[in-house]
Amino acid sequence: MIKYIIKRLLQMLVVLFVVSLVVFIFTNYIGDPISMLLPEDASQEEIQQAIRRLGLDKPIHVQYGIFVKDILSGNFGKSYVFSRPALELIIERIPATLEIVITAMIIAIVLAIPLGVYAGAYPKRRSSKVIMAGSILGISLPSFWVGMMMIYIFSVILGWMPASGRGEAIEVFGMRLSIFSMSGWRHIMLPALTLALGNIAMLLRLTRAGMQENMRQDYVKFARAKGVSPKKVLFGHALKNALIPVVTVFGVRIGQLIAFTTITETIYAWPGMGKLLIDSIYMADRPIIVAYLMLVAVIFVVINFAVDIIYTLIDPRIELR
Amino acid sequence: MTTSAKSQQPKEKEDISIKERLNRIRSSEFIYNYKRNIPAIIGSIIIALALFVAIFGPLFAPQNPYDLTEIDLADAYKPPFWQEEGDSRFILGTDDQGRDILSGIIYGSRVSLFIGLTVMLMSCLIGTSLGLLSGYYGGKIDSLIMRIADIQLSFPSMLIALFIMSAFGRGVDKLLIALTLVGWVIFARTVRGETLSLKKKEFIEATKVIGLPNYKIIFKHVLPNVFTSVIVISTIKVGDFILTEATLSFLGVGVPITEPSLGLLVKNGFDVLFSGLWWVSVFPGLYIMMLVFGINLLGDFLRDELNPKLK
Repeated sequence: MIKYIIKRLLQMLVVLFVVSLVVFIFTNYIGDPISMLLPEDASQEEIQQAIRRLGLDKPIHVQYGIFVKDILSGNFGKSYVFSRPALELIIERIPATLEIVITAMIIAIVLAIPLGVYAGAYPKRRSSKVIMAGSILGISLPSFWVGMMMIYIFSVILGWMPASGRGEAIEVFGMRLSIFSMSGWRHIMLPALTLALGNIAMLLRLTRAGMQENMRQDYVKFARAKGVSPKKVLFGHALKNALIPVVTVFGVRIGQLIAFTTITETIYAWPGMGKLLIDSIYMADRPIIVAYLMLVAVIFVVINFAVDIIYTLIDPRIELR
Repeated sequence: MTTSAKSQQPKEKEDISIKERLNRIRSSEFIYNYKRNIPAIIGSIIIALALFVAIFGPLFAPQNPYDLTEIDLADAYKPPFWQEEGDSRFILGTDDQGRDILSGIIYGSRVSLFIGLTVMLMSCLIGTSLGLLSGYYGGKIDSLIMRIADIQLSFPSMLIALFIMSAFGRGVDKLLIALTLVGWVIFARTVRGETLSLKKKEFIEATKVIGLPNYKIIFKHVLPNVFTSVIVISTIKVGDFILTEATLSFLGVGVPITEPSLGLLVKNGFDVLFSGLWWVSVFPGLYIMMLVFGINLLGDFLRDELNPKLK
């Protein structure tokens, strides 16, 4: 186990190194920060000065060397636009993003697992078929469009929910969260629902597939023969085993969700890290893009690692290699 | 499956006439199931219609949205024809430039489908080749290709595509490259896995024993057996690519304004949605949904039918 963990940690470092290299090279081609920062009538002198100030006059490998050295000392560079440390700007926005990601995940789990268990346990029923067709429709929906339609229906026509922005944030455990205020709830519902939609379909299908497979196993038949109540067979026995692939895929999906918040946050003008990324791409604010991607890379690598470990804890049959 | 039986007995194949082969296909279990699967038929109809509209659309589209002489700013913001201020010339209404929404969708679907299908073909070609190489030869090529695939798979493809596109800048050609860069992995992964398990099968070992050259084994014996999975993934992936392209275009890093895809049409509608001009974004979005839904319905059937393992 310890040997495995060490091996995985080394692999993680290699992956992060490769990612940093790729990210750095590509980011060098994003937009033109000089023309974004300076007024149109800037003199040649000012342009040269700005290039030097941002360190863009050095050859790319030297820039990369400085970048790696800075990262190792915890410095991800300063935003060109805000003139503040890029990492600080991103971290400030993490609570807002986590808020919708977690709310969306809870919505998805609460809706998808029972539906998936039902559709998997009784696959021949008409209602199961409707659920499955609905889930295909769910995967086929462009999330940005769903977001727009929700805004149109619930904000523009009905006027029930605000169309954009985040509600009043309250400081809890040093993080500024909005889910503890009424206006916060009204703001979070639409984006969270939009984000949840694709995942409901995904999670439902996974749960159903796992349930179908497990319902055929001998232990389920045995439990039934023993006289265990149907509810307990479904949720206590079959679901527990069906959840293994669900946990793996869902672990990886958390990352996908973080990436998809870029779209949801853009539509709802939600001040999270995803919107910051999109704004930075428009503004060619390279340090923020690099810092964001490196942060996401770290989150991903750690999640994948954690999922592997959790996997072995749920199912002792799996061996670590 | 049937293909493996065929390559196991290559002699029998030569005796079958084309007519008999068609008959076999017609009476096969696959066709039997297909005829009884309503979602799959609905999916096929949607796909056939969408392809028809994309190919022949310009012949019957009310307007050419690229042709400035056909567009009149005075026609801007007309609602669909059934509403009071509607105009029978513009069935689904017009946008801020006076462009007909229906024509916009017809022309936009050409861009979206072209990108989706081309990226599918390119990813399929690259991914399948790399997967065959990786699975058949193993060793260093295998670990190199699979490490790259691993790293890529651990990131959301949407984010990678977004990042690449923001470095490349807008453009249909750039989208093709960016989406292929994220799309090949799933093909390579699946084909490699299947090749590995095929390599252990007796009929492949037999081809080695009789001394067939590697390329012949790969193309004549391995490839036909991984083909069903490739078809399944290709179908499902087209829908995926269309959605990703739409999302990128919506975010403003996809197609250029001169070649609007369905996603860009929705984005144009977003800006005017708050003033109640819903039709500009609703209809293109509905069309994307219908298109991808059709593809997924068929893909779902193919997966269940051809390769239940892929679930």
